[in-house]
Amino acid sequence: MSLDIFLQNIVNGLSLGSLYALIAIGYTMVYGILRLINFAHGEIFMLGTYFLYYGVLIFHLPWWLSFIVAIVLTAITGMLTERIAYRPLRKAPKISILISAIGVSFFLQNAGIVIFSGVPKSFARPEIFDKMFILGNTRISSINLASTFISVIFLMALLYVVYETKTGLAMRSISTDMETARLMAVNVDRTISITFAIGSALAAVGGILWALKYPQIFPLMGMIPGLKAFIAAVLGGIGNIVGAMIGGFILGMAEILLVGFMPQLSGYRDAFAFIILILILLFKPDGLMGKNVQEKV
Amino acid sequence: MLRVEDLHVHYGGIHALKGINFEVPAQKIVTLIGANGAGKSTTLRTICGLVDKSQGSIYYEDKDINDFDTRQRTIGGLVMVPEGRRIFPNLTVYENLKLGAFKRNDTDGIKKDLKWVYELFPRLEERLQQKGGTLSGGEQQMLAVARALMSKPRLLLMDEPSLGLAPLLVQEIFEIIEEINSQGTTILLIEQNAYAALKVADYAYVLETGQIIIEGPGDELLQNDEVKKAYLGG
Repeated sequence: MSLDIFLQNIVNGLSLGSLYALIAIGYTMVYGILRLINFAHGEIFMLGTYFLYYGVLIFHLPWWLSFIVAIVLTAITGMLTERIAYRPLRKAPKISILISAIGVSFFLQNAGIVIFSGVPKSFARPEIFDKMFILGNTRISSINLASTFISVIFLMALLYVVYETKTGLAMRSISTDMETARLMAVNVDRTISITFAIGSALAAVGGILWALKYPQIFPLMGMIPGLKAFIAAVLGGIGNIVGAMIGGFILGMAEILLVGFMPQLSGYRDAFAFIILILILLFKPDGLMGKNVQEKV
Repeated sequence: MLRVEDLHVHYGGIHALKGINFEVPAQKIVTLIGANGAGKSTTLRTICGLVDKSQGSIYYEDKDINDFDTRQRTIGGLVMVPEGRRIFPNLTVYENLKLGAFKRNDTDGIKKDLKWVYELFPRLEERLQQKGGTLSGGEQQMLAVARALMSKPRLLLMDEPSLGLAPLLVQEIFEIIEEINSQGTTILLIEQNAYAALKVADYAYVLETGQIIIEGPGDELLQNDEVKKAYLGG
């Protein structure tokens, strides 16, 4: 592989990885607080793309406005799923809420097929994302640059919220000890809603960038990226936000480089991600940044 | 300040509290002593709203607080130092203190109280950026008390603050309890260390298998034969 192609692969890997990172955040934040794998997260991602699609196509909103509307609507959808399907089960055994999440996932997929039809829709992207930058012999598409850039901005904003604001402090306290957080007068229900809103908003951003990159959307499109992002979250150490980001970038990069170095294996791309999951669960189930908290009693 | 009337609690099939009555007058230190499993922690947790009562009433500042959840009770000044300290091990000491002040928006008041807390516990100030989980057991207990003070308690509920501490630290904790009380905070204290608790308490209740069997001023109970035999080692 020449250096040029290698560099190109690095950019592609960063771009894909940043999308995994955005989606993985939603899994890891919800897990951190509720110890729930939110299997409906891939569908939230899918809905984000449809909200944008209809915003542009039916309501003829300008791109930037549809982008914002889609993010807000997706965030609201995420909050509603928590309110309707998870909150009533918070005191139930963990398996009930997990099954509820799987139910929400199937429901949203099938509702998507009924409402949007199962036929894939092509996602017309603005021309600006069709440009190519040529650096020497390396060709970099503007969508790859833009998606990396936009993702990094959102990820930094998230870190700020989680580590520097009062809401973030509330989130971190709930994820360690919900009961004591209540004793500190933390509004647990509201904070959980905000967590779902943030995770879903980031999934919407990821979904939209995904659809700009691979411009075709369909109701089941959330499954594979959702699973991959879940793998990224486990890889980084589920419950750990920085871990999810790192896991996302590693997974994206690994996938692209695998295909780059061994094009004959490109059909096994998805299988490769699952092999990573199995290896992580076998050898380092806490993930790369797994919890290293010592508790003194 | 706090009045508990005919309080019953059922805990997964167990009748943990069988109709207890007691009172905590303002500005006083009241203690509930008793053996393991007597229902002391259940009583405190019910007062905080972490456990649901099955019967009876709890009046705080002459209001029935039945309809208030834990958060609203904390906002109202009913603050608990939970059993086992329950500090947040992955947050820094400073963040733990900030969580104590979570309900407050008076930046100046928070600063003033931080200063006061640092005076009470100078060791915490030295460790502000350290993670709570890296503190020693005694320091964690100090942090748990300091954190509760940041919530501006009017009534401070303390669940076994001396548990697992070295004798010297136990003494220190009880001195601090008296100091906090002298600054105007009412205290309801739960202890297995009956001797130390009775010494600081204005009034005391002895709890046995979910019922109050003896009550009286702290120094009187110290002389009570029954109490001596059962809780003070003869």
